[in-house]
Amino acid sequence: MSRTIDINVHHVTRVEGHGNIVVRAKDGKILKNEWQVPEAPRFFEAMVRGKSYEDIQTIVSRICGICSVTHSLAAIKAIEDAMGIEVSEQTDKLRILAHYGEQIESHSLHVGYLVAPDLLGQKSVVPLASSHPDVVKAVIAVHRLGNTMMEKLSGRKTHPVRLVPGGFAKLPSADDLLDLRGMLEKAIPPAQAVAATVAGLLDKIPDFDRDTEYIALVKPPTYPFYHGQIGSTDTDELVPVQEFERVINEYMTPQSTAKWTRWHRDAYAVGALARFNLNADHLLPLAVETAKQFGLKKGCCNPYWNSIAQIVEIVQVIERSIQLIDERLKAGIEPERAEVTPRAGTGTGCVEAPRGILFHKYSFDETGHCTGANISIPTNQNHGNIQKDFESLVPSILDREQDDIRLLMEMLVRAYDPCISCSTHYLDVEFV
Amino acid sequence: MSKPKVAIFDFACCEGCQLQIVNMEEELLDLLTVIDPVQWREGMSDQSDEYDIAIIEGSITREEDEEPLKLIRQRAKILIALGACATIGGINKLKDAFDLDDVKKTVYGEAAGMPHLATAPVKAVHEVVKVDYDVHGCPIDGKEFSYILRCLLAGRKPAIPRYPVCVECKLRENACCYEFGKLCLGPIIRAGCGALCPSNGFHCFGCRGYVEDPNVNAAKEVMEQYGKTVEDLREKMQLFGTRQEFTL
Repeated sequence: MSRTIDINVHHVTRVEGHGNIVVRAKDGKILKNEWQVPEAPRFFEAMVRGKSYEDIQTIVSRICGICSVTHSLAAIKAIEDAMGIEVSEQTDKLRILAHYGEQIESHSLHVGYLVAPDLLGQKSVVPLASSHPDVVKAVIAVHRLGNTMMEKLSGRKTHPVRLVPGGFAKLPSADDLLDLRGMLEKAIPPAQAVAATVAGLLDKIPDFDRDTEYIALVKPPTYPFYHGQIGSTDTDELVPVQEFERVINEYMTPQSTAKWTRWHRDAYAVGALARFNLNADHLLPLAVETAKQFGLKKGCCNPYWNSIAQIVEIVQVIERSIQLIDERLKAGIEPERAEVTPRAGTGTGCVEAPRGILFHKYSFDETGHCTGANISIPTNQNHGNIQKDFESLVPSILDREQDDIRLLMEMLVRAYDPCISCSTHYLDVEFV
Repeated sequence: MSKPKVAIFDFACCEGCQLQIVNMEEELLDLLTVIDPVQWREGMSDQSDEYDIAIIEGSITREEDEEPLKLIRQRAKILIALGACATIGGINKLKDAFDLDDVKKTVYGEAAGMPHLATAPVKAVHEVVKVDYDVHGCPIDGKEFSYILRCLLAGRKPAIPRYPVCVECKLRENACCYEFGKLCLGPIIRAGCGALCPSNGFHCFGCRGYVEDPNVNAAKEVMEQYGKTVEDLREKMQLFGTRQEFTL
């Protein structure tokens, strides 16, 4: 019997940015199986040329609304690297708190608003507000916590204004930190409630494994988002972030026109599951407990479980934030001004975006004006791996109904939490 | 009265303005009792082409994106431009300060000639279709969005400030950025943000666009008073002010 499968998802919904899924199969033979990205390129690396080091983070923050603190921090770290600026411990720790806020906000948005509808058989979060009001309220509580952290530390929820090279344009007060501490404590039960709800829906998460290389920042004995060196599950070698270009190895594939990345294999994955697989030994107690609740262990190669790793990370950064605030309150907030003397040089900044490791590199002339930039976005680094997952997944589910195949593929893309607006480097495969 | 059907579309942008709608949290749930979202790619899988109100985020950066926008305009009774990319072209217009071939080569190298990387001078939404309401800012303020939407549902005209950021900054009793030797676009940029950036120790970089009929002479006086030049001011105006109708 002849059977044709023709899947053409023009713009996957509930992801940030525009991506397409195209599958064509006839009589069990796969003719086409592609993940495509038609997002309009925005050319940030060209736009920053000639701009002052004072304006760079303001510009590149606009690469992504969901990870604007992350982009600002990567740029600021690169500027400080280029100009030889050492920041105070206070600046360092307060930045990490702002960055944690973004992890909480982004992860809760992804798990609660974008993925949960799949697990609960709905097409958006809207019907969940009436069918599962307690879950939605718990998600909102955690999401609001992340936003408030960014607001108190960086000036607002999206596109930070206080984070500048050398330090802070304005410091938070001890009262601000004390308020945040209260919110963090209060957010633990709702975060655990979200975890418990998803743990009860594990049977809805597809059972699919593909042996994968995972890459993330590593800095024993911590679970890092902001400091560290580049690590891989394929090697014990740790690479300084300044050498990131020998890790990402952008390349062209014969099957598509997309620039992909690879290190030890054809593709690698970045994101929460990568961080967990590299750093799970350094999680704090509540996060360890949360991982156990799901049965999530190091070495997990089911990409759909990235969302589970995100839930573990929400708990981890809440716990770690409370520790950081206690340290800062004990030390007291010291008034200090961000001072920078521009000089010529090249610098690299690397941080973990919620969706994976992010690299920014800039060169400046002696007046501090940018002469060149290279930005490598986590979603770009994942595109090749999504394609490899498709190639492994689709043959194994080809006997299913077309709608099932489509849903499983959409869920897979969503699990990577792609942020396609960010993908300044991605070259499209084909328009449909 | 049936609930108006609302569709949200995004063109070239960071999607941070949509995020401010999500960030309304419980207030968004309240809003959903009076409007009916029928298409919102980032938030829902259902999609309908019948809507009363279209909300457009992002700029138009490719010729191929103009037709879909025109179609949306035909279908919608009311069209709202959401955020700086849509209202003034935003940060995207920085690209237009360079030769477009050079821009493509810088980012994509040898692949720059590929057809899907075609890019055109950036257009704000009003440069392609008629816009009924602007929600200014980068990102928008959720409260202002909610206010404008509520005015619209009530048939009232929203009152958006027609004075510069300095007015709000003074009301907040901030020390002037210029006193610290910092350049600020407060004197010529539209208020309505509550002088958020200067209140956070940063200067205004102009995301809400120029105030109507900016007092250029006053701005020049400020420059003179603090030993700055109009050139200095122009450099800061590049970020959100490249290729705008108003220039110094």
